Amino acid sequence: MEKVVEPKIYFRTGIALLVLLAATWMIGYVDLGPFNLIVALAIAITKAIIIALFFMHIKGSSRLLHLAAVAGLLWLLFMISLTLGDYYTRGWVPLGH
Amino acid sequence: MPTLTSPVSEDAFVGQQFDDIEQQRDAAKLGMWIFLATEVLFFGGLFLGYTIYRFTYGHVFVEASHKLDVVIGGTNTAVLLVSSLLMAFAVRASKLDQRRMLTGLLLGTALLGCVFMSLKGVEYHKDYTDHLVPRMGFKWEGADPGNAELFYWIYFAMTGLHAIHVTVGIGIMLVLALLAWLGKFSRGNHNTVEIAGLYWHFVDIVWCFLFPLLYLVGHR
Repeated sequence: MEKVVEPKIYFRTGIALLVLLAATWMIGYVDLGPFNLIVALAIAITKAIIIALFFMHIKGSSRLLHLAAVAGLLWLLFMISLTLGDYYTRGWVPLGH
Repeated sequence: MPTLTSPVSEDAFVGQQFDDIEQQRDAAKLGMWIFLATEVLFFGGLFLGYTIYRFTYGHVFVEASHKLDVVIGGTNTAVLLVSSLLMAFAVRASKLDQRRMLTGLLLGTALLGCVFMSLKGVEYHKDYTDHLVPRMGFKWEGADPGNAELFYWIYFAMTGLHAIHVTVGIGIMLVLALLAWLGKFSRGNHNTVEIAGLYWHFVDIVWCFLFPLLYLVGHR
């Protein structure tokens, strides 16, 4: 039989995720200017990392799986950063909004 | 290495291309993670389009976002997070060979998926009666109706693609629940449940980004 994680780890993970949801929801009602987007993204990324680490068992899995998980994000970053670079340098996207 | 409580039956699940059950499990997980990487890029195209238009038409995106029902969106986030918790326990139960527990948890995950889809249906209907559906009686009182409509195109495309994934996930959970009840995942044969869990958690992660990016643009 394979090793399993203790239930309390899953419960803590679930509670942490719900607390982060409450945080992002409440901050949605506060005017932080451009930081609303930054805080919302930071919380979403934190939630994604928590889910990947503890629910999807990236924590404690092989290096190969870590690589496969990071590869998807890396390509996504390439796609977004190269496309945005193109749009910005051509003046297609006005800055400061 | 896990101790093989009943080596004969565990070996029976190993495909002939694998040396042992450990290798088979690792191969299945790696395959699923590579599939999820393609899914990241699949959704990524929509997130990229969203990013460009949000920077371009920021003001009208803020106004358009505030017409969405944040209570339904937020509640649905919680529903998916709890369903992910049940799914994590389902994978655990499959590893511990707890047949009844596994069946119940898979059904619970599917049920919460149905709750999510029902709330989504109520929300889409509300969007329709509020004249927010592009090309279907769309009305916009404020400035720049064309770009407001663009926001709702993106909203329906992203939540729609996500809803398709949830629907597929519900189907998978129901089939797995039936197979679990029939004892197909007993004695170490829990590979299928584990990779289905990875899919469900991924769908949850996507919604964790959709909720703030669609419902909480700017501030309310």
